Amino acid sequence: MTAGGPAVTGVRGTGPDRWLIRGVTVAGYGGRGGETADILLSGGSIVAIESGLNHSGARVLDADGLIALPGLVDLHTHLREPGREDAETVETGTAAAALGGYTAVHAMANTDPVADTAGVVEQVWRLGRAAGHCDVQPVGAVTAGLAGQRLAELGTMADSVARVRVFSDDGRCVADPLLMRRALEYVKAFDGVIAQHAQEPRLTEGAQLNEGEMSASLGLAGWPAVAEEAIIARDCLLAAHVGSALHICHVSTAGSAEIIRWAKSKGWPVTAEVTPHHLLLTDELASGYDPVFKVNPPLRTSADVVELRRALADGTIDCVATDHAPHPVEAKETEWSEAAFGMTGLETALRVVQEAMVDTGLLDWAGVADRMSIRPARIGRLAGHGSPLEAGVPANLTLYDPASPPAAVVPAGASKSRNTPFAGLELPGRVVATFLRGAPTVLDGKLA
Amino acid sequence: MKRHLISAADLSRADALLILDTAEELAQLADRPIKKLPTLRGRTVVNLFYEDSTRTRISFEAAAKRLSADVINFSAKGSSVAKGESLKDTALTLEAMGADAVVIRHPASGAAHRLAGWVRGSVLNAGDGTHEHPTQALLDAFTIRRRLRGGTGGRAAPPYAGGSGGSSPRASGALDGVRVTIVGDVLHSRVARSNVLLLSTLGAEVTLAAPPTLLPLAVGSWPCAVSYDLDSELPKSDVVMMLRVQQERMNAAYFPSVREYSRRYGLDVARMARLPDHAIVMHPGPMNRGVEIAAEVADSSRSTIVEQVANGVTTRMAVLYLLLGGTEFPAVTQ
Repeated sequence: MTAGGPAVTGVRGTGPDRWLIRGVTVAGYGGRGGETADILLSGGSIVAIESGLNHSGARVLDADGLIALPGLVDLHTHLREPGREDAETVETGTAAAALGGYTAVHAMANTDPVADTAGVVEQVWRLGRAAGHCDVQPVGAVTAGLAGQRLAELGTMADSVARVRVFSDDGRCVADPLLMRRALEYVKAFDGVIAQHAQEPRLTEGAQLNEGEMSASLGLAGWPAVAEEAIIARDCLLAAHVGSALHICHVSTAGSAEIIRWAKSKGWPVTAEVTPHHLLLTDELASGYDPVFKVNPPLRTSADVVELRRALADGTIDCVATDHAPHPVEAKETEWSEAAFGMTGLETALRVVQEAMVDTGLLDWAGVADRMSIRPARIGRLAGHGSPLEAGVPANLTLYDPASPPAAVVPAGASKSRNTPFAGLELPGRVVATFLRGAPTVLDGKLA
Repeated sequence: MKRHLISAADLSRADALLILDTAEELAQLADRPIKKLPTLRGRTVVNLFYEDSTRTRISFEAAAKRLSADVINFSAKGSSVAKGESLKDTALTLEAMGADAVVIRHPASGAAHRLAGWVRGSVLNAGDGTHEHPTQALLDAFTIRRRLRGGTGGRAAPPYAGGSGGSSPRASGALDGVRVTIVGDVLHSRVARSNVLLLSTLGAEVTLAAPPTLLPLAVGSWPCAVSYDLDSELPKSDVVMMLRVQQERMNAAYFPSVREYSRRYGLDVARMARLPDHAIVMHPGPMNRGVEIAAEVADSSRSTIVEQVANGVTTRMAVLYLLLGGTEFPAVTQ
């Protein structure tokens, strides 16, 4: 078997489950400079990372010029199955994830039926195992039917085969402060975390776009920053009060970052994520009313983008999460106010992060490993993922070519949906290979 | 000019003046026994209306017919995915029928913009959600120019003679220095958005007067001034444009009560008396008499409300003519 491409000069050998990745730059290995080394994978684990490894019988992947990252972990993915298999399935969504360098994704609960029972989360978990492209860790709903009225059976989902630890009503905010308090308290019993979609509902009735100059001139109902920040502030205080873990989904404003920075300075158990699109795009893209740029929370201003990048760089925001939200063509080929919120993101996330964070000097590759694998796995309480690359850990890793010349994003990948806001945008880099427990899910940028 | 008219921002000062001057020429038609020109013979104009708006639809229909275009009225109730055919499919249908121009009125902001991406013909925005209504701004500018710059050197114009007033001297030029105060629900008003853009392009000094709840948060970035106090603006206004207070705003905490709104921002007789003698009162219609405008004011000689309707036909004729590149236009002056 051979694989083409500029980086992978040859793949040879016969050992089915032994791989020698030769001459790769290991993020965080040998100091921040990232020296090159060889990585030997066997039996699903990393057996050794050293220079000049020579192991006969292993398949060899020449990785000169490539970066090795621990397999990426997404805390926020919409796989749409069950219910909206026209937009995405576990099979297609996890294939997209693997192509983006992910070895694990957290599947959000807003499916149909809602993932609010052990039955549904176990179904999603099993579909993920069957697909095999990456691990699928279901997220459970906080409230039954995402209705915000009463708690879902959180403990039963935690005890199920799916071992749910992250609970979220994502798409909707747990707006009732008492219900939020109870949810935070309740999940302490099994080391759970509540991932809040911070959106004050009354302040965002009919909201379409960041409230500012663009919404004013376009005549679209504004989605004010304060509607996000007010909930984050409240929930940070609640988390501190009950001593329970709070995770903030898709932080989108400078003010939110400021509040989280303050909460962390108090030592409160708060973590946060930012999406690739909020690190790169602004609300000015809405000027043509193309709903491919319609997302919730909305694209904000360039001042917000600058502060989100800074907060991710200094660790205030813990991780990048895609909020991959596939939608069928007709959900976007319509008037802005009729269109669905959401954008795909799994296949472009790492390239966007290189563009926004690495090429700008804000984050090195060890930092990328931390924000896209190590910390999200920790927040998700996900065993077997997010370990820094070293001998003895599960062989979940991503090989990335940062020097691949910038190429325009084409909206045609493994995802069933095409609603990428990055279409046509030139982004650097290329995911070359992804390994899940020692077996390649992606080789030479294609599904293995 | 561009192929479409979607936003007043699409119009340069020269474009806007060309439309107004063309409308002025076309106004001469109103005095002729046969009010029809053959310029758009064989061209098809579709009125695609997703909202009830008898006045705007009829205005566009009359404009197109006076230019001899074939007019198809397409009323679509409700909209988009959930309620039947999508806007895109409707657009493709119109495209297949060979529409040269589509006049669209739609409850969603940006609908005209989207439509322009799906059809080859010209798109005229006849009001999209809370975004824009550029032909309303054009007819307002035309009305202001006729009243205040009607060939009388900027002094008070002679009393309006009815119809399109073909016998009065032709108005010309821009609106430099004309002080226009737009009053009311700017936040949700497509009329206000288009007027701010167009009138400032034409050199007018626009002030928005409204309670803070009915102004966009980012209104400071617009090319106009803002005031919360109508009374202080009236003595320095050449034009007061009253906006309709929509029924659905009345119970949504934008203001405490209709009566309080009316007391603070309604134009009654006492307030009208604070205006300079030459000042005019405008309203895009339909009016809520007794809310934003008192009946005595609406019916006064300062009011241009009926005139705006008549000027709407003329102005829309000019827009259709210029967008569709009709011929034989000089016939008017021969």
